[in-house]
Amino acid sequence: MASVAERLSAAGTANALELRGVSRLFGALVALDDVTLSVRPGERRAVLGSNGAGKTTLFNAVTGDFPPSSGVIRFFGEDITWFPPHERIRRGLRRTYQISLLFRDLTVLDNVYLACRGVSRGRFSLLRPRRNDALMNSAEDLVEAVHLDGVRDRQVAELSYGEQRQLEMALALAGAPRFILLDEPAAGLSPSERTELVEILNSLPSHIGYIIIEHDMDVALRVAESVSMMHNGRIIKEGTPAEIEADPQVQQLYLGGGHA
Amino acid sequence: MAASGPAVSPAAERPASGGLPSPPRTSADPAGSLQRAEPRAVATPEWFRRIHPATWLLALFLLFVPAFANDFIQLQVFGWAFVLGMIALSLMFLAGYGGMVSLVQMTVAGCAGYMYAIFGHSAVMEISLGWPWWATIPVALLVAVVFGTISGALAVRTEGIYTIMITLAIASAFFYFTRQNYTIFNGFSGFNAVRPPPLFGVDWKQATPFYYLSLFFATLSYLVVLYVSRSSFGLALQGVRDNARRMEALGFNVTAHRIAAYSFAAVIAGVAGILLTWLNGQISPGTAGVGPVIDILVIAVVGGIGHPIGPFVGALIYVVLRTFALDALVAVGLPAERFQLLIGLGFLLIVLFSPDGVLGLWSRWRARLRLRRREL
Repeated sequence: MASVAERLSAAGTANALELRGVSRLFGALVALDDVTLSVRPGERRAVLGSNGAGKTTLFNAVTGDFPPSSGVIRFFGEDITWFPPHERIRRGLRRTYQISLLFRDLTVLDNVYLACRGVSRGRFSLLRPRRNDALMNSAEDLVEAVHLDGVRDRQVAELSYGEQRQLEMALALAGAPRFILLDEPAAGLSPSERTELVEILNSLPSHIGYIIIEHDMDVALRVAESVSMMHNGRIIKEGTPAEIEADPQVQQLYLGGGHA
Repeated sequence: MAASGPAVSPAAERPASGGLPSPPRTSADPAGSLQRAEPRAVATPEWFRRIHPATWLLALFLLFVPAFANDFIQLQVFGWAFVLGMIALSLMFLAGYGGMVSLVQMTVAGCAGYMYAIFGHSAVMEISLGWPWWATIPVALLVAVVFGTISGALAVRTEGIYTIMITLAIASAFFYFTRQNYTIFNGFSGFNAVRPPPLFGVDWKQATPFYYLSLFFATLSYLVVLYVSRSSFGLALQGVRDNARRMEALGFNVTAHRIAAYSFAAVIAGVAGILLTWLNGQISPGTAGVGPVIDILVIAVVGGIGHPIGPFVGALIYVVLRTFALDALVAVGLPAERFQLLIGLGFLLIVLFSPDGVLGLWSRWRARLRLRRREL
């Protein structure tokens, strides 16, 4: 893994992601409560917290699936708070979903091709992709990169759970991602699939940063260099993995299983 | 066309390029050897070899229909089936690939027909502008596409039953507007003596010329829809149908995609609308009344919306029933105008036994046959 400083200089000076006083209400429920967070370009951050702590809501606010009730979100310096989701994606933001949201009737390659097409020109092209289409080639490369070349032409509905999670990763890596939000990518994976996932994450180009929501501390600590701890819609602690692990409050809330 | 694969769902069909059974790329198999293999493929192109023999038979049959069928069969059965099939095809495109059931397609066709009569020639000299055909047809199509696009823009913000309701509302509004407006649409009586232009010295209103004209456009629109279903736009539309939220998260503007689908469908419906006006020789509010609007939905559902051939199968069934049910009804002593009853019963039976239309019946029957053959 390249050093943070190297990655910082590679990606400019503005924070990759900056949240200022972001809140999200669902009726009377405060799912996000005045969250302030900055992540540097290329930084790899883990977000921990018990169920209902607001981790996925945080992702939904950033991607625009459910825009925040108040607050400001900046992506590489640009205020994206009120952008529609597709505009954020076109600026290099990506996400994976906790429950696989894939196109089950399409093939693996078509899924990845769509993801590549979504962030390129020609989305409305009435022409079929050609055999040597640059986009089709990069889709094929991505399929290979997530070790799915063996099932390239199979329909997604026929894939195993682990393979579907890998495909989720491929969709997030399509185009030129600058920052990825990974929502429990290791959930439900076998130990060997987890190892493969860690390998894929650690082999990402150094300018690509991410936030990973992960319950498996073992995975989280191997792929993240900093950790934010969430509780009741707030970020209560930030620090290195070692600091977070040693923090008594965190231990009581999460690692010790107090409220979890 | 039909036999090549009515059972194949649009998503399962192989793409022309990406899905070809290309040899596995291994390091031992350099690209050069693949390229050397290419010229042989050019001799009999891949797409040509993939055409099922039954498709050739059907094509031959359709080409030679005028040799043995009388004018009535050519116009009233096949002509109507092709034209209604095209309008239902535009609905199939929206419903099958886009997941949007639009009842406005017949109205778009009616709009194109009206525009052809208004800008071109008809018996209503005080309204028809008398433009030449080469100006009239593009303008009529353009107005129809704009109308279809605006209807789409209104409808795409809704889902399911609400899309049906809002498009039905637009269709009804168009019907009542054309019936009450005498300045532009000539009210209740509409326009008569609307003729196709005598292009190449042919009277296209005659049975055989019109048969080939409608066959040409029906085949063309069928092939275009089949092709576009595997294009970037078509794939993305199917993605929007399956999971709109995910498509947004891949960078697609879902709303714009849905509206564009309405525009695309409006082109097909518009062409069919002009053909319909030529076939009828007239256009009036009843052409795009609520009855015909529902008929298009019935045709698409009866045929099946899983594949572009479905609407044409449905249209043929509908037209045959409409044309010959009269005699059948009279034979059993029922009044002839009850043919809708037969169509309704047929619709009920098909939807009851096969929610995916005749195509669904056909594919299940083939699957069962294959299974039995394997058991033997």
